[in-house]
Amino acid sequence: MTDLLAHLGRWSLGFFERLGRGHMFLVSLIAALPQLAVQWRLVVVQIWSTGVQSLSIIVVSGTFVGMVLALQGYNTLVDFGAAESLGIVVAKSLTRELGPVIAALLFAGRAGSALTAEIGFMKATEQLAGMEMMAVDPLRRVVAPRYLGGVIAMPLLATIFTAVGILGGFFTGVGMLGVDDGAFWSQMQASVTLKEDVFNGVIVKSLVFGAVVCWISVFEGYDAVPTSEGVSAATTRTVVHSSLAILGLDFVLTALMFNK
Amino acid sequence: MKISRSIEITVGLFVALGLAALLMLAMKVSNLAELSNGGSSYEITARFENIGGLKVRSPVKMGGVRIGRVKAIGYDSQKYQATVHMTIESQYDKIPTDTTFSIFTSGLLGEQYVGLEPGGEETYVKDGDEISIKNTQEALVLEKALGQFLYNKASSGGSESSSGGEKSP
Repeated sequence: MTDLLAHLGRWSLGFFERLGRGHMFLVSLIAALPQLAVQWRLVVVQIWSTGVQSLSIIVVSGTFVGMVLALQGYNTLVDFGAAESLGIVVAKSLTRELGPVIAALLFAGRAGSALTAEIGFMKATEQLAGMEMMAVDPLRRVVAPRYLGGVIAMPLLATIFTAVGILGGFFTGVGMLGVDDGAFWSQMQASVTLKEDVFNGVIVKSLVFGAVVCWISVFEGYDAVPTSEGVSAATTRTVVHSSLAILGLDFVLTALMFNK
Repeated sequence: MKISRSIEITVGLFVALGLAALLMLAMKVSNLAELSNGGSSYEITARFENIGGLKVRSPVKMGGVRIGRVKAIGYDSQKYQATVHMTIESQYDKIPTDTTFSIFTSGLLGEQYVGLEPGGEETYVKDGDEISIKNTQEALVLEKALGQFLYNKASSGGSESSSGGEKSP
């Protein structure tokens, strides 16, 4: 009985200690961000490796998500004689939910895991310790540019995902299923609003997701046990925790922004 | 650290692509183009008995062409009337003062909109004008119409049977 209690106590102490460490890490990370104004090139390289490298998966999956959305939406709407509303269905679901959420999930899998693995191996091979020996703060030199690069790349990727998805929906709906071209766009324009759907939906959501995913990724890497198993476990945790955080936060953000 | 020029160029392209996607979402998908179009507009208010399912941002149409949008909806608890504030694009400034404002539904499942049927007056509504309840027509509420229909049916059927009942004995 006491063993069980001790186990529970140890587990929760460990959990809160880690949570606290994560937040302390975030604070020092944010404090290191202004330094990057003079080392902007470090961030550019990170935008390249997190953003540009993720572009192909984002574009391909965006197209297919939009196409399948149009196909499914059409099959349902055509029963009610409302196939012209297909544009609304595709655009609203992409801007409000699917665009930011799926782009963030893909980003966590593609870029977040890479960030964790990279920083984790730097730690395992004692490169971070080496930097400290040379009086270079690894937080400023290694972690902060990766974090900022990811945070900048994420909204761009989500926006591209959404735009490509709508084009995919347009291709299926208008090109293959024969929905009227004008009705598709005009109904979409009549119901999608710039402030609510495009700004709140795509930009704000993906900024929040980007900040959280990158935070989890760099923290897991920085905090990893410096062995092969430790880095591997940290990479897995990054993907799992990021995905859960994205889906949970998505509910909170939707409740805050779209609840009338 | 020296970074290769190709990385800088691809990052530049990536950011440009992201901004282009945002521009597409703003101009082609959402309603920015319409808002920025001219920009000038004027506001009028109409009073209705019942607005049905009309919502803020519902279209205001004249002859089927969208000339504005519903800006706000309120309720006048003194007169028990709904007030609908509308923004009309200023290029459509020739709406006669005796125009009938009705609430229609586009299609069976479509959205509700304010439809304008122009009258014959030579004077036109101006910014801030209020259209009285005489010139508006409330929304058709399906339950009400159905109830009316059933009531008429029953009363006509009832009078036949009652007249029959009087005659038969």
